[in-house]
Amino acid sequence: MVSKRLAITLNGKPRELPAGATAADLVAEFELTPGRFAVEINKSIVPRSQLAQRLLETGDQVEIIGFVGGG
Amino acid sequence: MIPGDSPLALGPYRFESRLFVGTGKYATHEQMRAAIDASGSTCVTVAVRRIELAGPSLLDHLDLTRIRLLPNTAGCFTAADAVRTCRLAREALGNDLVKLEVLADSETLLPDPIETLAAARELVADDFVVAAYTNDDPVMALRLEDAGVAAVMPLGAPIGSGLGILNPRNIRLIKQRASVPIIVDAGVGTASDVTIAFELGIDGVLLNTGIALAQDPVTMALAMKHAWLAGRAAWLAGRMPAREQASPSSPRGGLIAPGASP
Repeated sequence: MVSKRLAITLNGKPRELPAGATAADLVAEFELTPGRFAVEINKSIVPRSQLAQRLLETGDQVEIIGFVGGG
Repeated sequence: MIPGDSPLALGPYRFESRLFVGTGKYATHEQMRAAIDASGSTCVTVAVRRIELAGPSLLDHLDLTRIRLLPNTAGCFTAADAVRTCRLAREALGNDLVKLEVLADSETLLPDPIETLAAARELVADDFVVAAYTNDDPVMALRLEDAGVAAVMPLGAPIGSGLGILNPRNIRLIKQRASVPIIVDAGVGTASDVTIAFELGIDGVLLNTGIALAQDPVTMALAMKHAWLAGRAAWLAGRMPAREQASPSSPRGGLIAPGASP
């Protein structure tokens, strides 16, 4: 039996995840503080309250943004 | 605050310090924090970027209990990208205040008026409080005001140039005609540039490089604080009329040797 994997793009780079992974699972890897990041999938923002419900699918274009120094 | 002055209002937000500072180009986060403290500013710009690695965020180095963040759209060259960036920033921070900056190209870093106006309209319709970066163009300033922005931010000189206020007549004209606050953004090289800007009657100054790339950024931040206070107080006080001829400050009469010549 072959375990199913997801192939997504995260911040412009290819990324594989176990089938059934949610947006919240992905975010958890980054150890991010609430209020300091946002997630966008296929150019639509996923509100923080919905990250745990959003199942990732092969082909999803995921962006996780934060803040850096700027003027 | 200067007696007789009132806080600067951007939409529902109030700022006693009229100095807005950036968080870019510092050698270390510690130096940035010390410079912001020395400047007295309570509103700082930040850029929105992809998260690369786990680790401390820039925001961990800012006292967010007293500093409001002003996320910018730096790096955006289209209205669509700028709007997308603002929406991401709002989702992250729960903050509707944004600095709209849509540049025409990466060489001049000059603002693109067409894309800026389109983005301003869309953001205002989506309930953002928009501070819009623009050229020192009195016509564009009114267009942005009509679009509903909370502040117009004309450049003093190109971003990062440190050339000062290149067209004071346009900055003054922008302020005279506008109803919304005018914040001079970009071009400040040293403290006197900030004072000159405030003496034109404008409402605020936003700068980054003038502090961050000074030899001693923390001391320059202190200079910028005194500079805005000096310029603002001078504007509120109202300067004396300039005269072509000399006018003695001491009485002409009552001299011990009247009419004596050396």
